[in-house]
Amino acid sequence: MSESLLAGLLFLLVVLAVIAVRAADLLLAAIALGGYGLVMALVWAALGAVDVAFTEAVVGAGATTVLFFAALLRTSRRRSPVANPLGWAAGAVVAATGATMLWVAAALPPWGDPTAAPAVHVSPRYLVATIAETGTPNAVTAVLADYRGYDTLVETVVIVTSGLACWLLLRRDPA
Amino acid sequence: MIERHDSVVVTTVLRLLIPVAQLFALYVLAHGHESPGGGFQAGVILGATYILLALGLGREALDRRVNEPVCLGIAVGGVLLYMLTGVAAMAGGGTFLDYSALPLPVSPVEGRFLGILFIETGVMFGVAATIVVLFCRLADRGGDA
Repeated sequence: MSESLLAGLLFLLVVLAVIAVRAADLLLAAIALGGYGLVMALVWAALGAVDVAFTEAVVGAGATTVLFFAALLRTSRRRSPVANPLGWAAGAVVAATGATMLWVAAALPPWGDPTAAPAVHVSPRYLVATIAETGTPNAVTAVLADYRGYDTLVETVVIVTSGLACWLLLRRDPA
Repeated sequence: MIERHDSVVVTTVLRLLIPVAQLFALYVLAHGHESPGGGFQAGVILGATYILLALGLGREALDRRVNEPVCLGIAVGGVLLYMLTGVAAMAGGGTFLDYSALPLPVSPVEGRFLGILFIETGVMFGVAATIVVLFCRLADRGGDA
């Protein structure tokens, strides 16, 4: 995966994000957001994070887009113009945050560096022991479902609880 | 209310696509040990097939198959399957979610392999049913549902 292709994908991400935020037609904004998820999935795949890419493709590009469409059924396709007195201040905060993140990103270890701190701590332990301990060649699955099973259990509880909360909030008869 | 789509192309493609997509969801679940995927991705795909059903063949097509109380039960049942796997490991003499101690006639490594499959199945049902419930609630317009 060449770096210029990755740069092109990242540029496309910015374009789609701006469309999603600025579009007056909310259906277009939802589609742009779905495209954003699709490009994001390609970025993850380019970086070698195939499990994350898969999740991003089905959730970011698929499920959330459809849920946004369904939400649009309950409201209008047009963005209602809202005067935002904090527009410039908010823009300044966002710009400052982005600049800080770019500045900090320079201190991150290079992508794929085998001597980086995350790559020498527990990752080798999992990669070496996964098959012997769990019979599972996909180390990502073994880490998510077994070594860090508590995490995944509570994540599942969070998903179902948020679904229940939405179900209660969007009840047909708000009696 | 989402009406059935008039186009014969849409309905025919969906009739062919939905079973294949559901089979693929099960493949993603069962093959998550070997390849990218797992319960979460399988759950989203499975849930999406039911949403497709409603979008293309009308909301009645979805309502004939599942309804919201059943979906909520499936979602909570998925979480319970996950937790019961953990408790079963405790009953087998291990700690919570230590699948190697599952009271099954298999080796500890096979137990962990199966334990991962059990909890991924729970995750799949939890995620799939939650997505369908979210869609059902959002797609109902206030009065005419």
